[in-house]
This record gives sequence, structure tokens and C-alpha cells, in this order.
Amino acid sequence: MGPSLLLYTLRRLVQAVPLVFVIILINFALIHAAPGDPIDFLLGSSDATEEYIAQLRAEFGLDRPLPEQLLAYLGKMLSFDLGYSLRFREQVLTLILSRLPATLLLMGTALVVASLLGILLGAVAARRPYSATDNVATLAALAGYSMPVFWLGQIMLLVFALHLAMFPTQGMMSLRAPREGLGMVLDVAHHLVLPVATYSVYHLALVFRLTRVKMQETLALDFITTARAKGLPEGRVVYRHALRNAMLPVVTVIGLNFGFMLAGSVLTETVFAWPGTGRLLFDAIQARDYPLLMGLFTVLSVMVILANVLTDVIYALIDPRVVYR
Amino acid sequence: MPSSIPASSIAEAAVAPAPSAWRIFRHNRAAVAAGAILVLLAAFALLGPALAPFDPVRTGVGPSMAPPGLPHLMGTDELGRDVLSRAAGGLRISLLVGLGAAGAATLIGLLVGGVAGFFGGLIDDALMRVTEVFQVIPRFFLAILLVAFFGAGLFNIIFAIAILGWPEVARLVRAEVLTLRSRPFVDAARVAGASRTALIVGEILPNAMGPVVVNTSLLVGQAMLLEAGLSYLGLGDPGVVSLGVMLQEAQQIMRSAWWTSAFPGLLIFLAVLALNLLGDGLNDVLDPRARER
Repeated sequence: MGPSLLLYTLRRLVQAVPLVFVIILINFALIHAAPGDPIDFLLGSSDATEEYIAQLRAEFGLDRPLPEQLLAYLGKMLSFDLGYSLRFREQVLTLILSRLPATLLLMGTALVVASLLGILLGAVAARRPYSATDNVATLAALAGYSMPVFWLGQIMLLVFALHLAMFPTQGMMSLRAPREGLGMVLDVAHHLVLPVATYSVYHLALVFRLTRVKMQETLALDFITTARAKGLPEGRVVYRHALRNAMLPVVTVIGLNFGFMLAGSVLTETVFAWPGTGRLLFDAIQARDYPLLMGLFTVLSVMVILANVLTDVIYALIDPRVVYR
Repeated sequence: MPSSIPASSIAEAAVAPAPSAWRIFRHNRAAVAAGAILVLLAAFALLGPALAPFDPVRTGVGPSMAPPGLPHLMGTDELGRDVLSRAAGGLRISLLVGLGAAGAATLIGLLVGGVAGFFGGLIDDALMRVTEVFQVIPRFFLAILLVAFFGAGLFNIIFAIAILGWPEVARLVRAEVLTLRSRPFVDAARVAGASRTALIVGEILPNAMGPVVVNTSLLVGQAMLLEAGLSYLGLGDPGVVSLGVMLQEAQQIMRSAWWTSAFPGLLIFLAVLALNLLGDGLNDVLDPRARER
């Protein structure tokens, strides 16, 4: 099984390569299709020197025919040169990579919290479908699903940070907090509570709804009847037999929604001034820093594509029925 | 087991006489309440700007940052503009973007999914590959790029959001068309000499509309949320005030004026929640498989 899984992973990675080209093509098309001189989008700032503008024009071959420009652009992208941000005075890729850990910390924590809670609550609700508990939970999930995530963040900030002063209003670290050891961990955790709580709600609602439906379907299957007929305790039937099977599609949904989850992270980071890629995107939009915008789109897209591959591999690992193709 | 359900029952559900469809819908009390909320919100959005006590754009119609009370029921913002009057116009724009984007996404999806499902073969393969690509790339960021590059006009925003929604519609329609195109009643029409267009428009699409209508009601809500998100990131149309633009303006002042954030957000929340509940109710009516419970 080991080698075949490795082969399967490699094959899925190879299949993902054309997608990366599509992303690069989209960037290239935007630069040329949008109204205005392409050089403005490659600069992303008005305070550039004449020498720099001339240098960029030469590098991207803007005076040559379009196919040659595309080749020059592809060459740059494939050598990981995503451009330079004049506003931040930094290479775009370096800038994005320096902000990625903060985003991953926020997303990772929220994902774990929301997935565990969602699966648990979904399983509990599915045991008595259309009971009062189930109806309340379902309506609450629908509500969580229906609000703008950044508005929820604003309300959380108003209530818990400003009114009750239980948590800091913004950022990832306090100015005077220790920069190492347990002190730093506690400080970051304190800053993490509100953004994670905000950001988890949507995902929690999603996982809850899905688990609930899948559990209901699974609990009606024959092998559950068999397990019950064997006289197994109900808790064991529900949480060992049924939940294990119902969880499989949840894994897929987490993977397939990775792109939308990144979007939620951007909005949450903006509310709480969390120093991640989302906040960077917000700054890039304000400054109309086009190289940085395209760089973020490229890096985040590659992350989403990799997350999709990873989802398939994890699915193949945990579901013995999957046949590697 | 979808094949055991006669296609005619789907058709009957879609065009059933009002009382029976209403009876099914009425059974879902949450959906009825949602429908009522939507009617109220639509009335507020349509009549609000005319009935609004104050000019939504004029500054200084009240004191700066007055809390909710009389005469400013939802308070005023930092420029002394009436939040209630602005919210009525904002809701109108948000609903317009939601309906426009969901409508456009549904049309694109119907076209792509219908053609792919009906013709099959190479056309199907090619169209579905494109659809998959659009499903994998992070569409919210693509929308951000589109609006940032082409300008934050209302039309561009609607277009960018429509791009987010169509792939799911296309897959939905394709799946429906695939099961429908080999049904006896379609064969009968084909034998009777119906043209391809007549088959698609007259026989297949009407019967595939149930799930599409449900999906559209969900898409309207999603589009409203996306518009709010884009506006919040500074990509709203600066010329027209939507609820999202109001929330973005509120970010700066909400620490001293909570009402500038609370009320516009509450309106979006209510509208989207109602649309989602309505989708549930429509699903009961239009999808016979969901009716049994």
C-alpha cells in the first residue's frame, strides 16, 4: 500500500501543475486586459524612478509581441520572482512568506476547534432528528452560516474587548509582553481567542450541518442495525461505528472549502489587525499595490491547490474503499 | 434512488396548482416566517428611501454620532447622517447586487451545464474541465483581483460575484440534464420531431429547474455576503452606498458609535438568514425526495 499511495500522491501533484499555469495566465491576462498601461500594474505605485520603470519594461519585454511577453512572465514566475512591492520596499514573495505563519496559526487553531466541536455537536443532534435540541442547533448553525464574518468580528470586538475588556482589541502580541517562552505563548493565546471565536463560527456551522446529515444517513444503514442487534451499547454504536463513517465526507469538505476559508481568514484578520496575509491583502488593496495583490493571489491559490491534493491523499489513507487511480 | 421517481412528479411539483404547493411550503413554519421577513425587508428597501425621514447622503441632518433614539431611530454617523435612511438605501443596493449576481451566475450555469449535459462527449469534457478549474482556484481572491484591476463599479462587482457562483449551478444542471435526456417523455418528443433547441428549452430545462431555483435563493444570500466582504476590504462602489460600504465606514468609528456597525450588519444577517430558510422551504416544495420527512 505504501508505494501505491506515494505514486497516487505524485500523480495528483502532476495533475495539479496545469492549474498553477492557469493561475499565472489569469495574472498575465489581468495585467493586459485591465484598462490602463500594463506597466502601472507591474509597478503598483506612482513613486517609481524612471530608471526602475525602464528596467521593468525591459525585464517583462513590454515592447515585444505578446507571446514573448508571456514567456518572459512565465520565466519570472517559475523562478519564484513574484515582483517587488514599492510600498513595503520588499520582495513580494519574502513579504508574503513572512506573514504566512500568523495566518496559519489563526486558521489552524480555528479549524481544529471548529471541526471537533462541529463533528461532536452534529453527531449529538443526529441521534434525535427534529427534536427540540436538534431544531435549535440547526437554526443556530444556519444563523452562523448567514452572517458576515467581519460583522460578527466587529460585534465580538465591541462586546468582549471594549465593553467587557476581557481580551485585547487587536494585533497578535502586546508591546510589553515577553518575547519568548511561556509568557509569549500565553500572550499570543490571549490575542488569539476573539479572532478564532469569530472565524470558527462559519466553519463550525458548516461541519455541524454536514455531520448531522451524514450521521442521519449512516445511522439508517444495515451495519448499524446489525451492531445494535448484537447488543452493543448505543453510545458505542453511535460514536464508534457510525461517526467514523460519517466523518469521511467532512474531511473532503474541509479540503474543498479551503479557498473560502482563506477568504474568511482575510476578513477576520482585517477586523482584528492580525498581522497575517489577510491584513497584508487589505493593505495591498488600499495602496492598489498590484504586484503584491497578484503575488498573494498566486501564493494563496497554490496553497488551495496543494490543500486539494492533500485532501485526496488523506481521504485515500483513511478510507480503505478508495481505489487509487 | 432518483430513477424510481417518475419525472412527471418533478414537473407537477414545479407547476402544481397553488394550493398544494402552498400547503407543502406552509408546513415549513420557519420558511413561512422567512418569507414574511423578506417581504418586509424588500418593502423597507423599496419604499424606505422614499419614506425615509432624512436625506441619506446629506451630512449634518442630525448631530454627529447621536445614539439611537428619536428622531434618529438607528442613530447618526460621524458626519451627522441618519443611519436608518442610509440603511434603507444600502439594503436596496445589497439586494440588487445579490439578485443581479445570483441571476447572472444561474444563467451562466444553466447555459454551461445544459450544453454539457445535453451534448455530452468532447463538449461535456471540455466544459466540465473548465468548471473544475474554476472550482479549485480561490474565487473570492479572483473577485478581489477583478474588482481591483477593472475598477469598483457596481457592474464589475456584480460580474465578479457571479463568477464565484456559476460552477456549482453548472454541475447541478448537468447532472439533472443527464438523467432527464434519456427519459421516455424526452424520447417521445424527439421521435415527434422536436428540434434540439425545443428539446432543451421545452422538455428538459423546465424539469431541471427545481434544484436550480432552490440554489438561486441560496446564491442571492451568498452574493450579499460576498458584496459585503468586498466592500469591507475597500472594494465597494464609492458612488453607491451598500450595507457593506456602511460596515466598512463603521470600522473606524464603531468604538464610539456601535450602532453604525450593529444595524447595517443586522439587516444583512436577517436578509441572508431569511433567504437560506426560504431555500429550505422551496426545497420541500420543489424536490419530491425531500418531502417525505
